[in-house]
Amino acid sequence: MNYKQPLELNGLLLQLDLFLRGNLPPFWASLIEGLLILIAVLAAYAVIALILIYAERKVTAFFQARLGPNRVGKYGFIQSIADMIKILIKEIIHINRVDRFLFYAAPFFVICASVMAFGAIPFGQGLQAVDFNIGIVYVLAVSSLGIIGVLLAGWSSNNKYSMIGAMRSGAQFISYELSAAFALMTIVVMTGTMQLSEIVENQRYAWNIFNGHIPAIVAFVIYLISGHAETNRAPFDLPEAEGELTAGYHTEYSGMQFGFYYLAEYLNMFIIAAIATTVFLGGWMPIQIKGMDAFNQIMWYIPSYVWFIGKTAVLVFISLWVRWSFPRLRIDLLLNLEWKYLLPINLVNILIMVLIVLAGWTLTDLFPILFGN
Amino acid sequence: MQSFSKYISGIFTSLRSLLKGMGVTWKEFWTKKVTMEYPENRETLVISDRWRSELIMPHDENNEHACTACGICMMNCPNGTIKVISASIETEEGKKKKILDKHIWDYGSCTYCNLCVITCPSNAIIFNNDFEGAVFDRNKLVHQLNKPGSKLRDKKK
Repeated sequence: MNYKQPLELNGLLLQLDLFLRGNLPPFWASLIEGLLILIAVLAAYAVIALILIYAERKVTAFFQARLGPNRVGKYGFIQSIADMIKILIKEIIHINRVDRFLFYAAPFFVICASVMAFGAIPFGQGLQAVDFNIGIVYVLAVSSLGIIGVLLAGWSSNNKYSMIGAMRSGAQFISYELSAAFALMTIVVMTGTMQLSEIVENQRYAWNIFNGHIPAIVAFVIYLISGHAETNRAPFDLPEAEGELTAGYHTEYSGMQFGFYYLAEYLNMFIIAAIATTVFLGGWMPIQIKGMDAFNQIMWYIPSYVWFIGKTAVLVFISLWVRWSFPRLRIDLLLNLEWKYLLPINLVNILIMVLIVLAGWTLTDLFPILFGN
Repeated sequence: MQSFSKYISGIFTSLRSLLKGMGVTWKEFWTKKVTMEYPENRETLVISDRWRSELIMPHDENNEHACTACGICMMNCPNGTIKVISASIETEEGKKKKILDKHIWDYGSCTYCNLCVITCPSNAIIFNNDFEGAVFDRNKLVHQLNKPGSKLRDKKK
C-alpha cells in the first residue's frame, strides 16, 4: 500500500519542522511555523486570485467567441498582475457622511472570512493548515461571516443602492447557507465524520459522489447551486445587479477596498469549488482502483496538490459556464428556488441518505471487495 | 395531488431546459473566435472599398494626373481642408494656361464627406482605404497630393 510519491511536499515540510524544533525552544518554533503558514496561505490566496481572474476573463471571452486578454505577456498571462498593480496604486476616495468606522471595517470582514475558510482547505497530502475534527462546520461558519461585511458595507455607505444590494445579499446568503449546509450534512451522514482529512481518506477507492450514488449526486448539484448563490455570482448576482443597483453593496468603495471585495468574490468561488472537491470528488486523493497496484502507482506519481487543483479547476470552470449560460434571477424567484425547491428536496434527500446508510446500500457497503477501504 | 405531480415534473423540465441552455453555451465555447488581432493580421485584413480614409490623386506611369486646377474641390470643401494652388504657364502657341502647382489636403481637418470627389469634373481625386494615418506631428498630416514633376494628362483626341 506504500506507493512512491516523489513530488509530494510533506517530507520537505517534516524536515523543516524537525529543523526548527531541533534548534529552537518549542514556543518559538511554533510561532515561526505559524508565521510561515500564514505567509504561505496569504501568498496562495493572492496567487490563486490572480490566476482565477485571468482564467475567468479568458473563459468568459471564449464563451463570447472572443479571445480575451492576449496583449500583456504571452497569451495575456501578465494581465492580471498588471491589474493588481493598478488597483494597488489607486486612490482610496474618502466618502462624506459614511459611518466611518464600519465603512472601513467592512472589507476586512469579507476578506478575513474568506481567508479563514481558505486556511482550512486540504490542498494536498500534509498541506492543510488546520485540521479540525469539525472541519465542515468550521468552514461553513467562517465563510458565512462574510455576509456581515456585506451588510455593514451596505449600511455604512449611506447610499440607497448599497443598502438595497446588501439587503438582497443578506436574504440570499442566509437562505442559501441552509441548502449548502444540508447538502454537506448529507455527506457527513454517509462518512460519519466532519474532519476534512478523514473525509478525503475515506474516498480512497470511491468518491463520495459515487459512494452515495443518487442522494450524493443530488446533494452535489444542490451544493453547487447554493454555492454559486453564496458567492453572489451570476446568475445569482442580484446584490450587485449593475442595471438596477450600480454595483450594489460595494458602490462606494474604491481602490484596494474595492479590491478586497473583488478578491474575496473570486476566492469564495474557489473555496466553494474546493470544498465541493474535498467533500464530493475525493479531495486530493488520486484516482485509484483497488487491486491494480501498477495503475495506482502511476496515479500517485502525480502529486496530490495537482489532483486537488485539477478537480477544483473543473468545478470553477462549471461555475463560469453557468455564469455565461443563465440570465439573472429576480429576487422573488431566487427565494422561491431556495425555499420551495432546494430546501424541501434537500430535507427529503438527507432522509434518503440516512435510509441508504442504515440499509447498507452505499457502494462501499454493497461491494466491499471493489471499494472498501 | 395534481399540484404535487406538477411540482415534481416542473423540477425535471426546468433541469432539462437548464442543461439545454448549457449545451448551447458549450457549443459556443468551441466556435471559431471572431476577434481580429489587428497589427498581426495586416496581410489578411479586409477593409471595405467604401471606406474613405486618405485623399489621393492617382498618377499614371508617366507621372501624369487628371487635375486641371479648376478649384471646384476647394470651393466645395465644407471646412477648407483642400487648397488648390495653381500656376500659369505659357504654352508653345503663346497661350496662357492655368496648371496645378500644389494640391494640398489636410488629413487633420477632413471630415471625409466625399464632396470633393463627387464634384471633381475630371475625376482626378479619390479616397483610398489606407486607414493607418496616425503620425506624431500634426504638420505631417498636411499632404501634397500631386507628385513632384507631375503634369496634366493630355486629353485623348
